[in-house]
Amino acid sequence: MLKIKNLHAKVGDNEILNGLNLEVKPGELHAIMGPNGSGKSTLAAVLAGREAYEVTDGMVEFEGTDLLDLEASDRAREGVFLAFQYPIEIPGVSNLNFMKAAVNAKRAHHGQPPIKAKDFLAKVKECSSLVELDGRLRDRSVNEGFSGGEKKRNEIFQMAILEPKLCILDETDSGLDIDALRVVSKGVNAMRSPDRAFIVITHYQRLLDHIIPDFVHVLSNGIIVKSGGKELALELEAKGYDWIKEEQNA
Amino acid sequence: MKGTEEENLLSEVTEKNYKYGFTTEIESDTIAPGLDESVIRTISKKKNEPDWLLDWRLEAFAAWSKMEEPEWAHVKYEKPDLQSISFYSAPKQKKELASLDEVDPELLKTMEKLGISIEEQKKLSGVAVDFVMDSVSVATSFKETLGEMGVIFCSLGEAIQEHPEIVRKYLGTVVPQRDNYYAALNSAVFTDGSFCYIPKGVRCPMELSTYFRINQAGTGQFERTLIVADEGSYVSYLEGCTAPQRDENQLHAAVVEIISHDQAEVKYSTVQNWYPGDKDGKGGVFNFVTKRGICHRAAKISWTQVETGSAVTWKYPSCILKGDDSIGEFFSVAVTNNKQQADTGTKMIHIGKRTRSTIISKGISSGESQNSYRGLVQIHPGAENARNFSVCDSLLMTDRCGAHTFPYIEVKNPTAQIEHEATTSKIGEDQIFYCQQRGIEEEEAIGLIVKGYAKDVLNKLPMEFAVEAQKLLTISLEGSVG
Repeated sequence: MLKIKNLHAKVGDNEILNGLNLEVKPGELHAIMGPNGSGKSTLAAVLAGREAYEVTDGMVEFEGTDLLDLEASDRAREGVFLAFQYPIEIPGVSNLNFMKAAVNAKRAHHGQPPIKAKDFLAKVKECSSLVELDGRLRDRSVNEGFSGGEKKRNEIFQMAILEPKLCILDETDSGLDIDALRVVSKGVNAMRSPDRAFIVITHYQRLLDHIIPDFVHVLSNGIIVKSGGKELALELEAKGYDWIKEEQNA
Repeated sequence: MKGTEEENLLSEVTEKNYKYGFTTEIESDTIAPGLDESVIRTISKKKNEPDWLLDWRLEAFAAWSKMEEPEWAHVKYEKPDLQSISFYSAPKQKKELASLDEVDPELLKTMEKLGISIEEQKKLSGVAVDFVMDSVSVATSFKETLGEMGVIFCSLGEAIQEHPEIVRKYLGTVVPQRDNYYAALNSAVFTDGSFCYIPKGVRCPMELSTYFRINQAGTGQFERTLIVADEGSYVSYLEGCTAPQRDENQLHAAVVEIISHDQAEVKYSTVQNWYPGDKDGKGGVFNFVTKRGICHRAAKISWTQVETGSAVTWKYPSCILKGDDSIGEFFSVAVTNNKQQADTGTKMIHIGKRTRSTIISKGISSGESQNSYRGLVQIHPGAENARNFSVCDSLLMTDRCGAHTFPYIEVKNPTAQIEHEATTSKIGEDQIFYCQQRGIEEEEAIGLIVKGYAKDVLNKLPMEFAVEAQKLLTISLEGSVG
């Protein structure tokens, strides 16, 4: 589904990704861990097409097409979803209208007519129960006045509505209490399927207790320095990141 | 956002054509340019006016002749040469039209281009329309239906002939002849406009609507609107404006007066889309307008405006809250793009006890435009327990535009409660990217964000106007972020 080869990227003059390689197949869930400043969020931003991030070398192939060639909105319509670390507020735009615009943009892209109101509402109902998002939050302006946990649940709600092929979760666990973490994880797990892939970026093992990864990668200085199964996350939790750096330097 | 993208988007928007930039080939009866007493006599005679009105005009002219064009607004422009414009231009047509069939077909085409085919309006929307082209009112629909309820809705010219006692009683009572330079000029030379009277206790069953259009080159438009809502009545009044695209500046100096008697309510909504000039600031309409209403006991006046047009806008729809328990409201979205300049806001004059006013102003600036809010809240000594709440927000789309807020607050009664909030924000790249990441293209994203920002005001507009206003906002700002 996703092939990243030798990816180099920078913001301004700061080179952040330095030749990253990663392959993600349908149905897989990859966790990306690593110390602060290792390039985790940059990877998410580059994949989503944020303009401030400049790709200087390498390639990213998504479902056989050159992802880097597509506008951010086209990437989304092709099925790449990013759950933001800090979801953005859009005052005056209701959450539902926002989602309807997004759904219809995707449908138009795939040559489908706008969604029928009845179908849309049914979908909304189904997806909001998934993350226990109550009606009040659905009708309010996008993320405006939402608590940290509500914002993250709203991200997963949007993800469920849009049914992406590739879901990228950027530190979705940050700022969540145990209950919210459980709800968000439940939502993500419900969406796992043989043809959908996940990249879960996180600092902490605790999210991976709820969302069990197939692979764990450690990112350091813009490259993946170690990959393994779910047990790697436990090892990192116990020993921190220093031993990896030492291993690298040895 | 990358610099080049920005430039592309900006050039895209500047190439967008002004949709209403057509002219209509109609034979016009236009008098020679220039202004002196004889011009005023000519206008008055052409309109077959009574002597008291001619005298009233001449008084205004005498006052105006001694006045200087004011310069305090935060706008820069070359003062219009009033001797080079014609003060009267009327589409030529047979007099005394019995039905629309007799209206010049070219004129009807103009209305259709404006999307206000009167026939269609009649059938579909139930909106009564008065249409003012250049200086005279051309057609008013729905007159009969309204007549049954005692509502008078016609051109001011007609009202002067048919209902001189009402016009004489109220004309100039809210905006006196010598109120300001452009109001005085208007008083001297106004050629037509709309008139509306709602009798006691009548709730006007439909929206009343006027479209103003400047068509003829080298003319100014000086229409005057007079709305009288008698005790306990209600009316919602809509005003739309367009003009053809021209290289030279056109002057629009209108006056609107509203009288809201005891317990009456008047809602006045404007979608102003005069030609704003081209991307380099050439041409466009100078919109120098005086709008003011007076509220008697427990009366209410609401001004809602969506301002997207004009090269220079200079107007402050105001409320004199004279009666106890009266209410004034002002809801405004003002968009400026390219080289447009707007200095707009309101005045809330609290005289009566327990008077309340609300001001919500949303400025949106793009290109190299300058957008100013200027508002006065004045609490007179007798205005016990007056309350005002003001919100002035500014949204910047580029780093070359300007947003300015000039609030004036004068309180002469210690029981007054005044709240003023102001914010300035730049449209967020974060917001746009968030939308894009959900599959919404940049253009659509900007439209969505701006509409959200202006929602509090757009919600105040009557339904059919709100749709038009939203479209207009999107068109005015397409591709303008940077």
